[in-house]
Amino acid sequence: MTAFKLVVVSAGLSKPSSTRLLADRLTDSTVRRLALEGHEVDVTVVELRDLAVEIANNFVTGFPGAGLRAAIDAVTEADALIAVTPIFTASYSGLFKSFFDVIDNDALTGKPVLIAATGGTPRHSLALEHAVRPLFSYLRAVVLPTAVYAATDDWGTAGDGLTDGLPRRIDRAAGELAALLAGRAPATPELPEQVVPFAEQLAALRV
Amino acid sequence: MQFGIFSVGDVTTDPTTGRTPTEHERIKAMVAIARKAEEVGLDVFATGEHHNPPFVPSSPTTMLGYIAAQTDRIILSTSTTLITTNDPVKIAEDFAMLQHLAEGRVDVMMGRGNTGPVYPWFGKDIRQGIPLAIENYALLHELWREEVVDWQGRFRTPLQGFTSTPRPLDDVPPFVWHGSIRSPEIAEQAAYYGDGFFANNIFWPKEHFQKLINLYRERYAHYGHGTPEQAIVGLGGQVFMRKNSQDAVREFRPYFDNAPVYGHGPSLEEFTEQTPLTVGSPQEVIEKTLTFRETFGDYQRQLFLMDHAGLPLKTVLEQLDLLGEEVVPVLREEFAKGRPDAVPDGPTHAALVAARDARENDDEKVEVAK
Repeated sequence: MTAFKLVVVSAGLSKPSSTRLLADRLTDSTVRRLALEGHEVDVTVVELRDLAVEIANNFVTGFPGAGLRAAIDAVTEADALIAVTPIFTASYSGLFKSFFDVIDNDALTGKPVLIAATGGTPRHSLALEHAVRPLFSYLRAVVLPTAVYAATDDWGTAGDGLTDGLPRRIDRAAGELAALLAGRAPATPELPEQVVPFAEQLAALRV
Repeated sequence: MQFGIFSVGDVTTDPTTGRTPTEHERIKAMVAIARKAEEVGLDVFATGEHHNPPFVPSSPTTMLGYIAAQTDRIILSTSTTLITTNDPVKIAEDFAMLQHLAEGRVDVMMGRGNTGPVYPWFGKDIRQGIPLAIENYALLHELWREEVVDWQGRFRTPLQGFTSTPRPLDDVPPFVWHGSIRSPEIAEQAAYYGDGFFANNIFWPKEHFQKLINLYRERYAHYGHGTPEQAIVGLGGQVFMRKNSQDAVREFRPYFDNAPVYGHGPSLEEFTEQTPLTVGSPQEVIEKTLTFRETFGDYQRQLFLMDHAGLPLKTVLEQLDLLGEEVVPVLREEFAKGRPDAVPDGPTHAALVAARDARENDDEKVEVAK
């Protein structure tokens, strides 16, 4: 049975980073749920920090270097994405945005995407809804209803009667991703590029 | 196999002196470079077409006509002619005129252009780039082959009973290349007509162009113009040479680091590894250029970008001496080795006339046999 390709994009800058920590928790939960239903998952983690210079070079030269090209190919061929960014200045980080800027704008069409973010204070949690979600909506991705925000405090507090704690929110989001993936077949390798025969291109103009 | 140079025609400040040439100096430099290209034994000079500063060549056939008058042998071409925003009728007229004046030493490379505002400046919609390239070229193709043309399309005023003058020299239109860096539609278009396909591979990694060129070759055969190996392929390249490799790197680095197209990005070393740019000795240029055949198959035309990023004219002329004296003679010899007889040479007017005459003779024989 073919495994699902899950690509995890993490835009954390420090090492270790809480952004990566959140990405890993989301990944583990998703993989575990899919495994329970007998699905295998191949996980590829893309650490944008390692690609920062290549991403900047791509803006300047118009083409990706080898490492960035591999990351773009992985994202393009993925069955699903987990995309996690730190919140900087009330929005996704510039590096996170830049990575998605250099990817073809139809590469994510129809792909399930779990969005998540980290920040120093819970007051920025809606950046996921006003910045990150529209980014992926523009790319015509299928953005899951639950977006997970982890403020620094969330790593050391439990939920209360009114709000779920971070582990519950992670599980809920992972559950949504697993359920969506389980209902799909893993993507088959892309067919070689099909050209539109020239006669058809010409005919399309002769209206 | 033809070797030549192509110029973007940029007016760029020399980063080592801070001096910016005037437009007049740059235009005259392009002419001097073209004459030098002939003098050192190159086969082709091609100029870009731009309609915005800091570029000077907005009027390629004027420039090429002037160069034609000062040269005897070199083929004059473009890199590229904007098939999207120019009126195809004017392209047909201008290049037929140039073809007569230059005694057939003319071909032309069609391209879509990559400067967004040029489309609206010329009354066109950039989103229609591919349809414009397809329809305009279909008209141009017909204007050069049919005496009287009735035409109706989507993008220009209809023509009724129109004859494009002058008629092409010897009734053989200039050879056409289609240049593209990313669109399979253009590879398909070139294949359909049996025209040449020029992949300006100077910025992107080779794998990308392998796909495009292979597609063109397959479709060229599909449309019955010959085998995939017989398709007419042109490639770009850019080099900077000195006798000693280290001298080349030292001298070129400030130009690379500040180049308008890729400066302030990857290092010279990274860029030379990822793209055809070669900075080093003539021998290194020879070795790198020979790898193009391994990647793309035997091909017909190799154009080098030599005069950009603010390099002074004197330096460019020295580069052309090295290219003509030390690089191209070896490349001619090496590319000829193991080249199958069935692979055509680079296109010339004389060869196109001969091919046309041969076809007509065959047709007559068939008539007689009936």
